[in-house]
Amino acid sequence: MNPRVTLAVAARVLSQLRRDHRTLAMLLVLPTLLMTLLWWMFEEAPGAVFDSIGPSLLAIFPFFIMFLVTSVTTLRERSSGTLERLLAMPMGKLDFLFGYALAFGLMAAAQSAIAVGVCVGLLDLDVTGPVWLLMVVAVADAVLGSALGLFVSAFAQTEFQAVQFMPAVIVPQILLCGLFVPRERLPDVLEAISDVLPLSYAVDAMQSLVGSSSTGEAWADLGVIAIFTVAALAFGAATLRRRTA
Amino acid sequence: MMNNAVEIAGLTVVRGGRPVLDGLDLAIGGGVTGLLGPSGCGKTTLMRCLVGVQQITSGRLVVLGQDAGSAPLRDRVGYHTQAASVYDDLTVRENLTFFARVRGLDRAAVDRAVTAVDLERHADQVVRNLSGGERSRASLAVALLGDPDLLVLDEPTVGLDPVLRQQLWQLFHRLADAGTAVFVSSHVMDEADRCDRLLLMRDGALIADGSPDEIRARTGSRDIETAFLAIVGGDAA
Repeated sequence: MNPRVTLAVAARVLSQLRRDHRTLAMLLVLPTLLMTLLWWMFEEAPGAVFDSIGPSLLAIFPFFIMFLVTSVTTLRERSSGTLERLLAMPMGKLDFLFGYALAFGLMAAAQSAIAVGVCVGLLDLDVTGPVWLLMVVAVADAVLGSALGLFVSAFAQTEFQAVQFMPAVIVPQILLCGLFVPRERLPDVLEAISDVLPLSYAVDAMQSLVGSSSTGEAWADLGVIAIFTVAALAFGAATLRRRTA
Repeated sequence: MMNNAVEIAGLTVVRGGRPVLDGLDLAIGGGVTGLLGPSGCGKTTLMRCLVGVQQITSGRLVVLGQDAGSAPLRDRVGYHTQAASVYDDLTVRENLTFFARVRGLDRAAVDRAVTAVDLERHADQVVRNLSGGERSRASLAVALLGDPDLLVLDEPTVGLDPVLRQQLWQLFHRLADAGTAVFVSSHVMDEADRCDRLLLMRDGALIADGSPDEIRARTGSRDIETAFLAIVGGDAA
């Protein structure tokens, strides 16, 4: 690990994003727009539906947007030859991965701050627990999406294939995360599966923060998310090979 | 044979069950060494072996006195991949600045590399908007960063206009005169005469090795293309 190289990678990724206005807009405002759409859908419906499903979606949107953007971006790096060139230079694999994680983590922080700010400030999402912790969960969750995206990009040959990982890797997590059926009411096998899917913990954390003022559960969930993130980065490093066939 | 930049013994690379390089022995010293052969003959694989990004089946490669691909070499070997390996959405200068930071080099190194490939006028243009030749030169500039001791250049002059090609070959010779071992591949036979030493390659094996004049004289040919054909024909007979 070399901080100079890690920072160089992060700065370079950010300056690439700066040029790509569409991706930048998607990263920064899309989750907020989707949350606003959700709020609007239920505005005239009886009961506090937005309050009950809003927190789950506040976890899901950043997760899957960061997954998508990261997997395609890193795949482009693998296929353009720039990764091979970097690996022939004095660059550690972890420098590369942490550089990406840092850049996308910063983007995720901005994205989550906007989304949580709008939901709580303008859309009247009721949050019992501390709002800043909700934001921390959203950032951790987005970084997790990035880390998984980095990992799966190793298994795609083309950007077309990378996009296909979304329905395969992300949609099952959305189905089983407790949004549609509370996890404890899922059939036993599915509950067990949902226990090993990272998005479940992000959604659990969001729901517990919205519903209660105690933060212990959210911190525990955050710990699990952090473990998944580190594991995804470690597996991602294992898929970066200096020597290829 | 003590001061060779590259020493290769019994290098074999098998890919998809087929040997791409088969027991290759080679030593490369100073000057500009050209690797010529048709597309698909194993040039790129050999170059990838030298910079340590190719999986090797067997054999030994020593580069600048160290095992090829070992960590200390990553600062001393410049590598130009066949396809331009730069970021399309950054300017030439931003690309070079990034790679320079990875290498721990300063701004002056970036300026020298930009000047060497004659891209000063385009330095602040986004690479995507450059022509193929300009992109290729931007990629070459990355390989030149930090004055490497060995330059491994995979078809660096493809698609460039004759004036620019001549300038680049002059640059390679200047670098060689300053002590860099330059190893250049090409599939264009008319570039052969610009090399101090020529290696002809076909089907993963070296079929000729010598100065352009020696190779022509040996085969009684007027140009390297005819010499290549004569050597291949002689092998078949």
